[in-house]
Amino acid sequence: MKNRIPVVLLACGSFNPITNMHLRLFEVARDHLHKTGMYQVVEGIISPVNDNYGKKDLVPSHHRVAMVRLALQTSDWIRVDSWESEQVQWMETVKVLRHHQSQLLRSATRMEGLDPDKPPSDLTAAPELKLLCGADILKTFQTPNLWKDSHIQEIVEKFGLVCVSRAGHDPQGYILGSPILSKYRHNIHLAREPVPNEISATYVRRALSQGQSVKYLLPDAVIGYIKDHGLYMTDSSQKGRSTQRNKGKTS
Amino acid sequence: MVVCACNPSALEAEAGGSLQIQSQPGPHDDGAGVRGSHVDRQLLVHTMEELERTEVVLLACGSFNPITNMHLRLFELARDHMNSTGKYRVVKGIISPVGDAYKKKGLIPAHHRVTMAELATKTSGWVEVDPWESLQKEWVETVKVLRHHQERLEAGSCHQWQNSPEQEKPSRKRKWAEPRQNSTQKKPLQPNTKAAPQVKLLCGADLLESFGVPNLWKSEDIARILADYGLVCVTRAGSDAQKFIYESDVLWRHRHDIHLVNEWVTNDISSTKIRRALRRGQSIRYLVPDPVQEYIQEHGIYSAESEDRNLGVVLAPLQRNIEEDAS
Repeated sequence: MKNRIPVVLLACGSFNPITNMHLRLFEVARDHLHKTGMYQVVEGIISPVNDNYGKKDLVPSHHRVAMVRLALQTSDWIRVDSWESEQVQWMETVKVLRHHQSQLLRSATRMEGLDPDKPPSDLTAAPELKLLCGADILKTFQTPNLWKDSHIQEIVEKFGLVCVSRAGHDPQGYILGSPILSKYRHNIHLAREPVPNEISATYVRRALSQGQSVKYLLPDAVIGYIKDHGLYMTDSSQKGRSTQRNKGKTS
Repeated sequence: MVVCACNPSALEAEAGGSLQIQSQPGPHDDGAGVRGSHVDRQLLVHTMEELERTEVVLLACGSFNPITNMHLRLFELARDHMNSTGKYRVVKGIISPVGDAYKKKGLIPAHHRVTMAELATKTSGWVEVDPWESLQKEWVETVKVLRHHQERLEAGSCHQWQNSPEQEKPSRKRKWAEPRQNSTQKKPLQPNTKAAPQVKLLCGADLLESFGVPNLWKSEDIARILADYGLVCVTRAGSDAQKFIYESDVLWRHRHDIHLVNEWVTNDISSTKIRRALRRGQSIRYLVPDPVQEYIQEHGIYSAESEDRNLGVVLAPLQRNIEEDAS
């Protein structure tokens, strides 16, 4: 593990609710980066989106954060971060990345500051922060007005993307079809999920509203929370309305 | 007609009056059980409708090598479907791992597979593991496993049968040899002579299609399984399964005994892929229950070597059927 670049994976999204599929993204991404021999993934962060994102059926963020926390009880490397959800308004993904990057820099300098005799090592150097997402997000870069071009560029140039494959998507194609993505191709890591698993939170919400079981699709502790708080008892997703603003975030 | 839940809103329509009584779900309600209501008259009508339902036990046979979240989902999907027809009430699920004598390539010792299944079902209130099949010296045909469990249920129903809407699994581990005792305090709603639940074979589409593999099944066994017990088949490609049933005379004849359940969430967590991921050092977290993943890690049971077990050995049913045909 000599001289590997430390990496932190950040996943933004609704997590409405969090499912085993979301959790798999982290595991698959970590395996992939480790296999390159170049990286050491040191942390994973789940950042549920702000309520003001305005997506239909979004339950209040304090619930979504609580559910993620429960889901991560048994993980020793992934944590939930509520900063994004606590801001006054919705903020672009690149701003969330910038925030977490500065947090990482701050704790890295703090750690080095603690022991001035210790030469700076790879482990105390600030890790590289990368955006973790499914292949569907890569496609949304093409949606007009959903992302600012300058933001897309900053995400792939300054941070980097780890994109986990999903059925029905062609991430290579999306990259080739975009000049910005092609230019920073080296900073986009395409990870293949070896065990296809199409659990969508949309499906989970619908199943819950129809009184159907969702056991084994999400952690038991999350299901318990949902029942205790009576979440997702009604579901309007079958009416099929969605605005452009709603696209681009993982469900 | 083949019973098929192809349309989610049809499920709701089929549910009819008895399932529309809803109350605030409590912490112990895992979503598909009977919900009570506050009005006595409604409860009485509700209960009467419940009594008319046929009680069902879902039995899943297979390697479970290892058990995955997909296997567990089969039970949940099947129960929801059968309950929502209004005609059935699923009271129990049984996982019956196959014995080592099955001789499938890569099959690790039964005691591991049984233990992992038990770990996986610890948090389930209605699905449990039965090691009987795995303990037999010779491989046992599926129809015989069904018969074994049906006879056991019938023996058990001579005693006071459970009166609760759903069989609650006692938390202590129970030897399966004892007839089931009512360990919970429930007021009896009806006299003691109650019919035993019906055992049905729970499976995925792969099992249905395996009926077509030469010498794998005896045709009279297939007919017995369907006629005496019935199949609950969870499949993502409903139309393929329907086509398969249409193209097979024996399946077509027994189409009313085949319940097709649609799996909307493509869930390809096959044990083969799990074993492959393990050999390649890839994570299987969130694909199998946590305790199963920990057990596998602790015992190091899957490897390139374990995958080569029974290499070149003929599968037991093929061996037996070919021998019997020859004699």
